[in-house]
Amino acid sequence: MTASPAVVTGLGVIAANGVGAEEYWEASLAGKNAIGEVSAFDSSSYPIRLAGEARDFTGADHLPSRLTKQTDRATQMSLVATEWALADAGVEPETFRDYDMGVVTSSAAGGYGFGQAELQKLWGQGSEFVSVYQSYAWFYAVNTGQVSIRHGMRGSNSVLVGEQAGGLDAVAHARRNIRNDAATLMVTGGTETTLCPWGWVAHVADSRVSRKSQAHEAYLPFDVEASGHVPGEGGAILITENADTWRARGGGNVYGELAGHASTFDPPPESGRGSTLDRAVLNALADAGVTPDEVDVVFADAAGLPELDAAEARALTKIFGPSGVPVTAPKTMFGRLYGGGGPLDLATALLSIRHDTIPPTTNTQVRAADCASLDLVLGEPRRSEVRTALVIARGYGGFNAATVVRDHPH
Amino acid sequence: MAEMTFEELRTMMREAAGEGDDVDLGGDIARTPFGELEFDSLALMEMAARIKQEHGVEVPDDDLPELKTPQMMLDYVNAQPAVR
Repeated sequence: MTASPAVVTGLGVIAANGVGAEEYWEASLAGKNAIGEVSAFDSSSYPIRLAGEARDFTGADHLPSRLTKQTDRATQMSLVATEWALADAGVEPETFRDYDMGVVTSSAAGGYGFGQAELQKLWGQGSEFVSVYQSYAWFYAVNTGQVSIRHGMRGSNSVLVGEQAGGLDAVAHARRNIRNDAATLMVTGGTETTLCPWGWVAHVADSRVSRKSQAHEAYLPFDVEASGHVPGEGGAILITENADTWRARGGGNVYGELAGHASTFDPPPESGRGSTLDRAVLNALADAGVTPDEVDVVFADAAGLPELDAAEARALTKIFGPSGVPVTAPKTMFGRLYGGGGPLDLATALLSIRHDTIPPTTNTQVRAADCASLDLVLGEPRRSEVRTALVIARGYGGFNAATVVRDHPH
Repeated sequence: MAEMTFEELRTMMREAAGEGDDVDLGGDIARTPFGELEFDSLALMEMAARIKQEHGVEVPDDDLPELKTPQMMLDYVNAQPAVR
């Protein structure tokens, strides 16, 4: 007996270029660049000053003060994106059995902004001034926990920490729970923000973050001038369901199916054995039962560093052939979102399937020689039938993940 | 230190833990159990920390479970000698 597929029935999106899935999609098709100088704090004394800041998102506009008092902005993003995704899916959690619903999110940073405020109290005023909510507000698992509590989702709940690849692994875990009948509905994805001085110094220490000061020059994956990436905030929450129980509750909204996934870990750099990214992609395709020629678009990891861009181009060319598949990286508009990046790319891939349109990569102009074999969708969206999409994510330290999504009949 | 008023306590409740979806701290809550106001043990600990900071009165963790309503908490605070 084959397991029932896991379908995605709702999306909640927060990014610098659009808050809400619809606004985000329109902005992405329009190539709306939303990278700019950080406004959340005075960044003038820092060597990096650009971010993809979701300025239109304010947690308190959507959540009661009981929740904003005890949560970091990253958690508020997860809570709000979950509410949007549930509404999009037409899901009323109280009509499900509580143990049939679970939550698995990814997180790479935890609640930095909340933590910074409390650390300032600790060292400035004394330990008795530190909020009791710091006990969990900083913690990686807190987004999962708060969503679980708010909606009474008492089944399998967990968090995945896998740097910038963890978002795809979290969604894969949701799929696994559905296919193993551990849950009929999983809330999954991730949201992240590190736009406070404490979070920012971590980016300053990261040589992968671009030092460029002009927004259109800072994050140019596959370009000869590639110099790193720009950190952004936001991400996506996806509602995934067992296709059978989704149909039994009346069907309705569906974006597609989580068809395949694989992750690999690179060998140590000194081993000389090279990246295993190609194996992650091949295993994900095999898991989905899809051949390379069936893939209609690739959402690239697009590190924005010459060596990593070349490695990704090499892997894609090896599997798909030169210019064998359209490749895009809409994240050039809003930056890399760490734990939220993979889920937002998945949401974008599913929107591409729905609209048969591939959003563009912006800013990249002159292709690096070792990336010339990619059919990069540049500047303008491309109309093209999209039934199957591949999403790639890599994380610092050797994480590779690949996920295949495909359309699902209504 | 002057006695703490109920309105001061109410303000402190809002600042400590905020209001939930279905809870209005602006109403007649003096004798409403904290549980019905969705104040869990952490919210009460946060209250105790603020009472100590602002009124110099220590409310030991062990005594918190006995203070079941805002009025009981106010009476407790006002019966203690300020340590400041």
